[in-house]
Amino acid sequence: MEKTRPLSPHLSIYRWQISMILSILHRITGVGLGIGTLMISYWFISIASGPKSYSTAQWFFDSILGKILIFGFTLSLVFHLLNGIRHLFWDIGLGFEISTSKKSGWTVVMLTFIFTLIIWLSAYIIKNTYE
Amino acid sequence: MKESKKNLGSAKYGAHHWWHQRVTAVALTFLCIWLIISLTLLTGSSYDAAYNWLKHPLVTGLSILVVVFTIYHLSLGLQVIVEDYIHTEITKVITLMLINFSCLLLGLTCCLSILFVFFGGN
Ligand code: HEM
Repeated sequence: MEKTRPLSPHLSIYRWQISMILSILHRITGVGLGIGTLMISYWFISIASGPKSYSTAQWFFDSILGKILIFGFTLSLVFHLLNGIRHLFWDIGLGFEISTSKKSGWTVVMLTFIFTLIIWLSAYIIKNTYE
Repeated sequence: MKESKKNLGSAKYGAHHWWHQRVTAVALTFLCIWLIISLTLLTGSSYDAAYNWLKHPLVTGLSILVVVFTIYHLSLGLQVIVEDYIHTEITKVITLMLINFSCLLLGLTCCLSILFVFFGGN
């Protein structure tokens, strides 16, 4: 205990940084997901509007801009979902300890990249089976 | 911050708001996992595949739930953000109205589209 004490201020600043960044990111991804919601809505509406609208939507989602938007959407959604679960645990009083919240924060960051990668790889493979 | 707390008025409204944000978050955890998997499986699919997918009663139901919960969760979230950053009363009220009406309109359009397909439109 005594030995680790001098390190404490440094560690606490570090924790403050990761939790600060994740908390800002939760807000930014929340707003970004609003744009994602518009894209999903467009997709649903295009199905109802018939094959022509659907292929226009597909052309858009398959374009460079569409792909960038969907990639951002995937990344944001996975992050917001995982970090949201973290929030919900805090709400029931779990995981507030400095070390736990630092660990869960980094876990969220790692899992976000892993899940996003898995989703895009799967989508890529599935798309090729259709063509 | 002080200003926004003053304008928020009753803590009751805030608590109710907070609670709905959590309820929708819990529901969205499961619904979004379902949606991500479904959309991944539908990547590059034909119109018929997407149409028949959406027409299935279970999918129709879950899609409506996703749309309703997502848009409600979004409107609650955006409201909190507006209350944090906008402190001029008139601007705030107008922004909140715009958010609420846009969300309502978007949700309605999505639900009607989904139901239209379910009832065999097109
Ligand atoms: C497309 C779906 C979603 C959209 C559009 C969305 C949007 C938002 C927005 C705009 C906020 C407000 C951010 C803030 O106040 O700083 C928010 C907060 C929140 N979201 Fe989501 N969200 C979505 C999905 C999810 C999911 C799946 C979860 C799962 C747990 C979740 C959990 C939360 C929580 C717990 C908060 C409150 C955070 C806080 O109090 O600071 N959200 N969301």
